[in-house]
Amino acid sequence: MAPEEIAELLRKEFGDGVADSKFDTAHPRIGVKPEAWPKIARFLRDDARLGFNFLRCVTALDLLEDDQLSATFDLHAVRLPAKEGADCELVHGLCVEVRTPRNDPRIPSVADVWRAADWHEREAYDLMGILFENHPDSVIGPKGRHPRRILCPDDWAGHPLRKDYMFPMEYHGIPAVTEMGQTRPVH
Amino acid sequence: MADVVLEARPDINTDLSAEDIAAQQQDFPTEEMLVNMGPQHPATHGVLRVVLRTDGEMVLEAVPHIGYLHRCAEKIGETLAPYQYIPYTDRMDYLAGMNNNLAFAEACEKLSGLESEVSLRAKLIRIIFAEFNRIASHLVAFGTYGLDLGAFTPFLYAFREREYILDLFESTCGARLTYSYITIGGVTDDLPDNFVDVSREFLDYFEPKVVEYNDLLTHNHIFVKRTANVGVISKADALDYALTGPVLRGSGVKWDLRKLPGSGYEEFDFEIPIGQGEKGTVGDCWDRYYVRIREMQESVRIIRQALDRLAGTEGQEVTHKKGKTLKLPADEIYHEIENPRGQLGFMVRGNGSAIPDRVKARGPSFCNLSVTERVCSDVLLGDMAAIIGSIDVVMGEVDR
Repeated sequence: MAPEEIAELLRKEFGDGVADSKFDTAHPRIGVKPEAWPKIARFLRDDARLGFNFLRCVTALDLLEDDQLSATFDLHAVRLPAKEGADCELVHGLCVEVRTPRNDPRIPSVADVWRAADWHEREAYDLMGILFENHPDSVIGPKGRHPRRILCPDDWAGHPLRKDYMFPMEYHGIPAVTEMGQTRPVH
Repeated sequence: MADVVLEARPDINTDLSAEDIAAQQQDFPTEEMLVNMGPQHPATHGVLRVVLRTDGEMVLEAVPHIGYLHRCAEKIGETLAPYQYIPYTDRMDYLAGMNNNLAFAEACEKLSGLESEVSLRAKLIRIIFAEFNRIASHLVAFGTYGLDLGAFTPFLYAFREREYILDLFESTCGARLTYSYITIGGVTDDLPDNFVDVSREFLDYFEPKVVEYNDLLTHNHIFVKRTANVGVISKADALDYALTGPVLRGSGVKWDLRKLPGSGYEEFDFEIPIGQGEKGTVGDCWDRYYVRIREMQESVRIIRQALDRLAGTEGQEVTHKKGKTLKLPADEIYHEIENPRGQLGFMVRGNGSAIPDRVKARGPSFCNLSVTERVCSDVLLGDMAAIIGSIDVVMGEVDR
């Protein structure tokens, strides 16, 4: 199915849960509202017409100009052959974009739909600070429950991929040096 | 737990029944102990730390901890033009630099519409080098896997052959590990004069060596006993965890991006090897290992065909004048290619200037490693090295 048809189908099933979509791009994507995302994710996986069983990647983006963060989920529907040892078939691909406000970025976790989302969501929290709610590997931090960090140390401050991230000048007594004395990234 | 031991090793304790073993373990319950495997353990292939909860020889739970090699590769991507970022991709999966270069170059080309302007010769050279690098990478996987399991000799055999491939790379681009050879719009330079002849010579030499590897390690009784029926990953788990590459194919899923339209491999004739459970169960460590061995043979076939087709393309431009002045449009793309370890994806988002807004790398090792927690529960401590080795992770790519 083409992304446009899938968007139509989702709009029929979930109505307001589907947000603005973008199709005239190299990366066509369907917008989904955070609160509807777990239901839609389950539908995308389980519906016989869709069958998205393979989560390729989760990318977190900082959309500073819109004051939003987003997570894009790239999916593939891979059909297993009826006969053992035959080729698998790519039915279709899809990208879903979930946007959330920058000051309180919350998206429900879909790690129970695709297990692959577990580490991707931990990475998206670690580097971009999107709080994935009900993530299976969560810890309690000063600001409440959040997924456990994965690449940075557990006591790291801030989320490095944010556009306004301040470079730490000191970590556990280890002084840091930046090129040209920068304290924040130049974009 | 006793059942698991018996299931994994039908030949262990043949004199004892399942009830006997269960009774034994009831008699001698041991204290649970937390053991750190890594981050400086030779069998973890770099700086992987796995925290094991053990009961005697049994691993009840294994939790991988990563990030020891995190170098902010994605943040750096937001400050450099695409051609400047190519060397950073080399350092992700440092055993497959060519393939990493290719993935990023293709993503940027697709995004900016440069794809159709890459000459046929450049495309063929890319395929030849990607496949040579696949062989080199699988040779390291094969050698170090033997090493993990206590067989030192295969490692030396593997590195002997890999040396010839690195010599070929060196003669072309001057580097032996971090090539930056495949770049935006083509490759940095044309092939040296005798490249085709030397390549053919190597392929003729290499093909019989694979038979030697099979005699030496693949069908070795001890090796089979240590890998067959160990660390079985089911088809459903493999797809759920989004495993890719030999790990996915070892579980019997015939899925390879090179077979999809638009991959550049449409006109090549080659097979996709999958695990068939020849020595044990489909999806065990031996299957994953043997998929790599057979992939090397398929890569040889692809390179031979590409070398043949190279003959008609002499004189074509292999570099592109826009390679270094490329401006990325205000759009985004997600593009994946088949790396030796699985699907390497790059998400690139441009903003109209030379420097992208966001670069995201989806490393195959990152996703493949996430399955350890699932596979490594209720296994023997001695099998940990066999399982982690069979997943074949490169930590440079896991941590980026």
